[in-house]
Amino acid sequence: MNSTPITVVDYKSGNLTSVALALEHLGYAPHVTGRAEDVAGADRVVFPGVGAAGSAMKNLTAGGLDAALREVHARGRPILGICIGCQVIFEQSEEDGDTTCLGLLSGSVHRFQFPEGVSRKVPHMGWNEVHFLREHPVLTGLPSGSQFYFVHSYHPTEVSPSIVYGEAIYGEVRFPVALAKDNLMAVQFHPEKSGKPGLQLLDNFLRWRP
Amino acid sequence: MLSKRVIVCLDVRERKTTKGVKFKGNVDIGDPIEMGKQYYEEGVDELVFYDITASAEGRPIDIEMVRDVAQNVFIPFSVGGGVRNLDDMHDVLLAGAEKVSVNSLAVRNPRIIADGARAFGNQCIVLGMDALRVEPTEAIPSGYEVVVKGGRERTGNDALAWARQAEELGAGEICLNSIDADGTKEGYELNVTRMIAENVSIPVIASGGAGTPEHLCAVLVEGQADAALIASMVHFGEYTIDSIKDYLRKNNVRVRTL
Repeated sequence: MNSTPITVVDYKSGNLTSVALALEHLGYAPHVTGRAEDVAGADRVVFPGVGAAGSAMKNLTAGGLDAALREVHARGRPILGICIGCQVIFEQSEEDGDTTCLGLLSGSVHRFQFPEGVSRKVPHMGWNEVHFLREHPVLTGLPSGSQFYFVHSYHPTEVSPSIVYGEAIYGEVRFPVALAKDNLMAVQFHPEKSGKPGLQLLDNFLRWRP
Repeated sequence: MLSKRVIVCLDVRERKTTKGVKFKGNVDIGDPIEMGKQYYEEGVDELVFYDITASAEGRPIDIEMVRDVAQNVFIPFSVGGGVRNLDDMHDVLLAGAEKVSVNSLAVRNPRIIADGARAFGNQCIVLGMDALRVEPTEAIPSGYEVVVKGGRERTGNDALAWARQAEELGAGEICLNSIDADGTKEGYELNVTRMIAENVSIPVIASGGAGTPEHLCAVLVEGQADAALIASMVHFGEYTIDSIKDYLRKNNVRVRTL
């Protein structure tokens, strides 16, 4: 077992088992916790989640985890946001009637809106290609076009191009799915459910020293 | 672009993968955890585990097995058969399954779909549905009736109306099994698959009748399914995930590459 401490944020927003099992498979012993002081003082944070932005933010705020995440972010510790954890790090989400989010990155989150004449099922569910735009330590060894597993109805928009490291296309909509700035990396897909490339990304994150 | 999914289904009885035709004469063919791991490594896109005797025996799903699968398989998998209530759903999801599938429970109590979706998210709830071709009537205008207990019991519900209702209730996906095609290896029932896929806005997994890669191609293109479920095609070594995906790729069906 690798002794690097990994904290997985538990805010009652979906199922953390698969994230924890993937980290264990990679040889780490994740500490799954909902205690704000544990998250604030963490060395390395995985911030997963499925569900809706509104209830996610409500749960985070109720437990003081919003402040804890801002604190660990300000301390420069590596953070990996996954799915809802990739959305609520922005300023705002359209989901649940405009939800104010953590604001660790500037930008907002909107529901899929396809061009006229294009119709697609929402959620965007299944395996899609990710086009990586540039290098990042967490994306090492992942060829552009690698496929990852997605389940989501909303995605970040209005973000600075400088933080976009990977994009996907669905129903002619091109949207950012891997975003990074300083000590923060966020992915819209589920690396813990994406087979080998997903495990590779998690392993890279666990070794990352921003 | 989003890929079409190839899903392998493992029917499990007392911790053994089993396979039968029309639910008769099952033979044990291996350890579900080992088989799941092997299909995962071979590039299957998703797995489904059905505890085929839990329901009849009135016992909960084998949670330890779900946990063992989750420790070895890092792609989505769903678990069904024998889900009795929200607590069972919770246990299955907490053990590491991505989705939980309900079939006869939802027919008896449609609210379980809404309750499950609210508690765990729509994406977690798969409606499993067995459809039987019948003469269209006023009560069954689509010409497909929902049946339960492996087709032995008719419900009087119209398959298309039930699919729409399940979507409204919050199901994230429909796994549509044709009782007529199931076990024949002569191809999926394209007509009912297309009818339902065109009329709901959630993904539809086609099930029942797969015998060759051509059958998958037909149901994913003509049948407009989002995913195709297979079992004996690969369980008995006739085809591999790779050979099936190769065929699909050559026929311009987008599938995931390892």
